[in-house]
Amino acid sequence: MNPLYIILALIGYVGLLFLIAFYADQRATRGASLVRNPLIYALSLAVYCTVWTFYGSVGRAAEAGVGFLPIYLGPALFAPLWWIVLRKIILISKNQRITSVVDFLSSRYGKSTWLGVLGTVVVVVGIIPYISIQLKAIAFSFQHLTHSGRVPGPVVEDLPFFLDPGLYVAVALALFSILFGTRNLDPNERHEGLVAAIAFESIFKLVAFLTVGIFVTFGLYKGFGDLFQQAWKLEEIHSLLDLKQVGITSMDWFWLMLLSLFAVLLLPRQFHLAVVENTSTDHIGRAAWIFPLYLFLINIFVLPIAFAGKMLIPPALAEPDMFMVDLPLMNGQGYLGLLAVLGGFSAGTGMVIVSTIGLSIMISNNVVVPLLLRTSTVREGWVDDLSKRLLGIRRLSIAIVLLVAYAYFKWIGRQYTLVSVGLISFAAVAQFAPAIFIGLYWKRATRIGAMVGLSLGFLIWFYTLLLPTLAEVHFMGVHIVENGPWGISWLRPDALFGLKGMNNITHAAFWSLLLNTGGVVLVSLYTSQRTLEISQADLFVEIYKYQTGVSDYDVIRRRASLQDVTLLLNRFLGEPRAGSLLQSYSRRYGKDLSKEKMADPDLINFAETHLAGAIGAASAKLIMRSIAKEDPISLEEMFRILEQTQEIIRYSRELEHKSAELVQTTHQLRQANERLKELDRLKADFITTVTHELRTPITSIKALSKILQENPGLPPEQRDEFLGILVSESERISRLINQVLDLEKTAVDRAEWKVEPVELNKLIQHSASGFRQYLEEKQIQLRLELPDAPVWVSGSEDPLTQVFVNLISNALKFCDAGKGIIRVGLEPGEDRVVAYVADNGIGIDPKDQQTIFGQFVQVSNNELGKPTGSGLGLYISKRIIERYGGRIWVESEPGRGATFFVALSPATPG
Amino acid sequence: MGQKKPAKILLVDDEPNILVPIEFLMLQQGYEVRKAFSGQEALDTLSEFKPDVVVLDVMMPGMDGFEVARKIRKLSALRNTRILFLTAKGAEEDRMKGYSTGGEVYMTKPFDNDQLVQVISEVLEFG
Repeated sequence: MNPLYIILALIGYVGLLFLIAFYADQRATRGASLVRNPLIYALSLAVYCTVWTFYGSVGRAAEAGVGFLPIYLGPALFAPLWWIVLRKIILISKNQRITSVVDFLSSRYGKSTWLGVLGTVVVVVGIIPYISIQLKAIAFSFQHLTHSGRVPGPVVEDLPFFLDPGLYVAVALALFSILFGTRNLDPNERHEGLVAAIAFESIFKLVAFLTVGIFVTFGLYKGFGDLFQQAWKLEEIHSLLDLKQVGITSMDWFWLMLLSLFAVLLLPRQFHLAVVENTSTDHIGRAAWIFPLYLFLINIFVLPIAFAGKMLIPPALAEPDMFMVDLPLMNGQGYLGLLAVLGGFSAGTGMVIVSTIGLSIMISNNVVVPLLLRTSTVREGWVDDLSKRLLGIRRLSIAIVLLVAYAYFKWIGRQYTLVSVGLISFAAVAQFAPAIFIGLYWKRATRIGAMVGLSLGFLIWFYTLLLPTLAEVHFMGVHIVENGPWGISWLRPDALFGLKGMNNITHAAFWSLLLNTGGVVLVSLYTSQRTLEISQADLFVEIYKYQTGVSDYDVIRRRASLQDVTLLLNRFLGEPRAGSLLQSYSRRYGKDLSKEKMADPDLINFAETHLAGAIGAASAKLIMRSIAKEDPISLEEMFRILEQTQEIIRYSRELEHKSAELVQTTHQLRQANERLKELDRLKADFITTVTHELRTPITSIKALSKILQENPGLPPEQRDEFLGILVSESERISRLINQVLDLEKTAVDRAEWKVEPVELNKLIQHSASGFRQYLEEKQIQLRLELPDAPVWVSGSEDPLTQVFVNLISNALKFCDAGKGIIRVGLEPGEDRVVAYVADNGIGIDPKDQQTIFGQFVQVSNNELGKPTGSGLGLYISKRIIERYGGRIWVESEPGRGATFFVALSPATPG
Repeated sequence: MGQKKPAKILLVDDEPNILVPIEFLMLQQGYEVRKAFSGQEALDTLSEFKPDVVVLDVMMPGMDGFEVARKIRKLSALRNTRILFLTAKGAEEDRMKGYSTGGEVYMTKPFDNDQLVQVISEVLEFG
């Protein structure tokens, strides 16, 4: 075919793409979006099907039968789960304005810059071979087309680069990517024109594939039945359908399906279209069945075309990856061949365009900007319009990525089939799976865990998959691959730790994902999170909680001047967009920004998320940090503050408690002191009393004995009188001494008193008889009112005698001489016997009636002019009576005398 | 001395057994003696008996000795009556109180018989 036609067709196709993209962008700015529907969304996801599918599936089927299927079965089987997983990822990404899969990773782990850099390296290194095979396939297909499939001619890789169609393809694709992917900086990183073009390409490649398939099946054969019948006859094809003979194990199936179900979400182009360009999570539901349906349709004719190619093309000329082009061409269908080439072109361009745009976003947002921002010179010199500079970075990175991909294709990728190189890239992006999927559901996953896991997985991937491809093109010695480094066989890249018998992809996927997952989980268990990691982890795992809008999870409170924030938005987003953003903010939160001088934390968060849309989460965080005063409260600090607060609360509680105790103790001390003072006073009084009580009898004894001594001739009556007084005063002294001794006895309760029946009336009579002379002298009457029959009580004779002596002498003290009448009596009863001692003296004030029974208590000196006695009599009496289970009390009215009652238990004589 | 009208002594104490030896000693000196067992009783006796010396106890039920002394000092008829406190209260402040209320002599119990006799005769002689 004339290359001019081909070039014209390609230009026409690309022009059509431009038109579609342009039209869609126009519709988008008018607000009548073309792409906001689930069908376009699902079709855009079909960017999954690249030249690998378009050419490679047939090539794979020609070599391994159904071995091409796992990478479609994985995503198809996994699609129903999108509603859960993909939806969550989309919600988080919309909330956080996430721009790429690496940005997602970095954002989840505390907007870590270094995780972003690492992730970008993994993706770029992992995807470049994949992009290169697109270039290779496209260039290859042109060659086949120009040579009508008959003579391959010089291999494209061997052409000088200026004649190599691959280079021109690369350049054309770079231009297209730059035009549609980097026209402006969109805070949401949405490119509707691009999406529309990709969706169109998906339709185009499907139609092209189906057309070729129908031509082969129904044009060259009489339908599927005829084709398969004829194919079945060939031993070579027969054996292809036997899984064992093609050497595909169930392990291989499992790992390939696993890799592909990760890839369908994590590949940069997949993530970009499925998440970043998503307009509504409602689209996921329909996409979850449209996408698998698309995969089914595009695979229907894979086996027929592969078998037909094997049957119709001589093995010497057979290049299974190019059956799609060669079959129509060899059967004289030039235009069908052109359609096939265009289909392959559409599959390749779609992948390359979206991938390079995705990579450029990562490179600029997660590597270049954060690293530039970390160097102070750039931070100071950012006064010029940064949004232009950012776009420049992206354009440059697109060009570089395609150039490197071209170089890989030119020098390295030649020996590899489309499928095997594609799978290497799948294994690379699968390294994101542990950190992302674990991080989606496990809050404890830490940044360091993610770094370690991803690093381990990437290193294993590099060592087991990428290194051998470099070795084979003599970048390094092949012996390393064949014998292991330094001849250590268990380090052989294709049989790590002696694990043999797997194909290289399965082997690499197994080891890399195992160590990666292990690294994420184990390291997370032993490392701690920073404040921002904790809040981000919470947001990611519980995104549904944050759907209300304003984030109430605000560990970091930031303040910045409104002017700085506005300036920043202007620089990165351009003034019109920044202005409308601020307007929408003030509308949404009802804040009049024209009146504010400072931006509150909400506005800063708002600005940061929108900036994140333009330059990535980590960059936005760094930029905001440069203008916002951050008070990052680390968790340790927070805990310390909390601890201190609690410590203080506890301490103050203790203090409170202690001071209460102190108050109580002080009170008790004061009381004790009062009591002591009182006791001291009472003791002094007691001593005064006792000395007085002693002085009185001693005075008369001393004086009288002296008189007796000096007057031997006294008349006998007088002598007798004096001697009588001497005796009674001496008795008075002994009584007093006994009382003091008794007090000591009772006070320490050492007295061992017997309890026995006591004849109370006799005891009272005896007690009263001692007062006879005293009564006569003071002319006081003592009346005994005792029953004739003996009354027995429980007690002991001496103590009870003391009680009645005390009571009678008390009564005597209170009675006026000459007028006093004392009645002592007894009233027997069944329960108790009550004795009484009544006088008609001055009586006892009601307030004193209780206290007079206390130790050392005397009724006030002022009233009586002198103590009523030792102050112990009543106290001792009370102790004695209570000792026998009885009771003693007084009834009195001041001025009318007092009556003391003693109640005792009756007893029967023994 | 025999020609002279005997001196009159009033003894006041609520303890009869203390008054017994003092009465004996006073009678032995040839004084005319009256006894009172309380402050009130002493005051009742005073206006009629008009003693030359009152031997006065302090601690008594009802009216104490100091009160009795103050009342004696208010009676002009008794301005020549000398007061002798005879008490168990030996503290200095009680002593001062005794002098301030009009007592001439302050003696503490137990007393010495001869000393008491001596003091009373001196009081009678020198006023």
